[in-house]
Amino acid sequence: MSTKNGQQRDGQVERGTFAVKAGLAQMLKGGVIMDVVTADQARIAEEAGACAVMALERVPADIRKDGGVARMSDPRLIKEIMTAVTIPVMAKVRIGHFVEAQILEALGVDYIDESEVLTPADESHHINKHSFTIPFVCGCRNLGEALRRIAEGAAMIRTKGEAGTGDVVEAVRHARNVNGAIRRISRMDADELFTYAKDIQAPYELVKETAEQNRLPVVNFAAGGVATPADAALMMQLGVDGVFVGSGIFKSDDPAKRAHAIVQAVTHFNDPHILAEVSENLGAPMVGINVTELSEAEKLAERGW
Amino acid sequence: MSEVRLGVLALQGAFREHIAMLQRLNVEAAEVRLAGELDDLDGLIIPGGESTSMGLVAERWGLVEPLRQWVHGGRPTWGTCAGMILLAEHATGQKLGGQALIGGLDVTVNRNYFGRQVDSFEADLNVPALGDTPFHAVFIRAPAITAVAEDVETLATVAALGDETESVVTAVRKGPILATAFHPELTGDLRWHRFFVQIVSDFKSCSG
Repeated sequence: MSTKNGQQRDGQVERGTFAVKAGLAQMLKGGVIMDVVTADQARIAEEAGACAVMALERVPADIRKDGGVARMSDPRLIKEIMTAVTIPVMAKVRIGHFVEAQILEALGVDYIDESEVLTPADESHHINKHSFTIPFVCGCRNLGEALRRIAEGAAMIRTKGEAGTGDVVEAVRHARNVNGAIRRISRMDADELFTYAKDIQAPYELVKETAEQNRLPVVNFAAGGVATPADAALMMQLGVDGVFVGSGIFKSDDPAKRAHAIVQAVTHFNDPHILAEVSENLGAPMVGINVTELSEAEKLAERGW
Repeated sequence: MSEVRLGVLALQGAFREHIAMLQRLNVEAAEVRLAGELDDLDGLIIPGGESTSMGLVAERWGLVEPLRQWVHGGRPTWGTCAGMILLAEHATGQKLGGQALIGGLDVTVNRNYFGRQVDSFEADLNVPALGDTPFHAVFIRAPAITAVAEDVETLATVAALGDETESVVTAVRKGPILATAFHPELTGDLRWHRFFVQIVSDFKSCSG
């Protein structure tokens, strides 16, 4: 069976089309995707109402602390997590590491995150995501980066934020960058759009489509630094479609309770009374690192091109 | 058609797409997150998404019982994908410990019958209820109906896994309850939404 362009045909059935790749992301909207490192954590996340889990060996806070090269997880761990839950399972590969992606596709994970949280494997090329049946999510800091990833075949986008810090400031900056740019281009005329596409190094057709629709062509989640129900609701009110929570849950005092509260906060992001109720008595959040105390070299969001 | 007002359950998932489709039909549509928001509605759509997430959020704010009363009271309801799972009286392939179901539709649903995301697919379906033109359906980690009660009408089927000569049910109707395993809200084809609005409208004029 041919896998060219991610399309497989048997009879009238088409698999791996962009519609089914982007479609799964649409089903995840209004939900919380949680980082988990064991099958037990995956079960806690499912019971708390996570719409998907991200299977990895170390949460970003530990990757930061331990240093060294961060790679794709052990397939055994990913398989255990896939068996433990019925919700979609995502897993991370290094930027540009298309063989790690081939391995995850062989395992049958539901989504691949080509992630700056792991150590990049290629300093100039991202994975050609069109050649896979499995959909990809990629990080971005601004509209140009988002549209470059979509051009490469990403079917879902997330803001990078600054993973493993528990500091939401970078996620806010990146969400405002993307959504502010979309608001500006939706008012531009055709002449201005050509120049703008060149300036942000993004394909003109995607810039035009984004301007016309007044939104990204794919679903956009927030990630990198979300630690509380209020953080999650803040990102939703800034216009993202859902939220990834990494270290914020399993590095806190009471993961099950905090996970549950963040799920409620994403559904009821516009209801301050409910937000007040779910924020109560959650125990200590992850300790966190102030992003302004990180050197440029320590910032994961700078990875990716 | 009489004027109708629809709600779309907005706990998680693809609710905005349903609202956009209804707006294209000039039908008023509201997001439903709390029980009080069911008041004054003529019909309800339960969208695709993760049925476990929706079930847990619904439970937390006391929405499961009002939804049961709504469906069991014979109010028009359409479930797509996860919504179909929630409406089913019986479901297999659930998470450990099961999940809160609304019920009301006497069918058995296999939660991820078609498998994981690698197996998600698009296919043309013959749907006599919508006319001669096939409907191009998008199935995402989709469920299928493996058993239906006698009074449930089958509207569409697709080839069964591993046996092209067998088929599984992907769309059903029982009175005012409609369920589809696929996602009409992800296509540009308005026929399923028009079909449901007609059900709601008919129901309103005979009960009104």
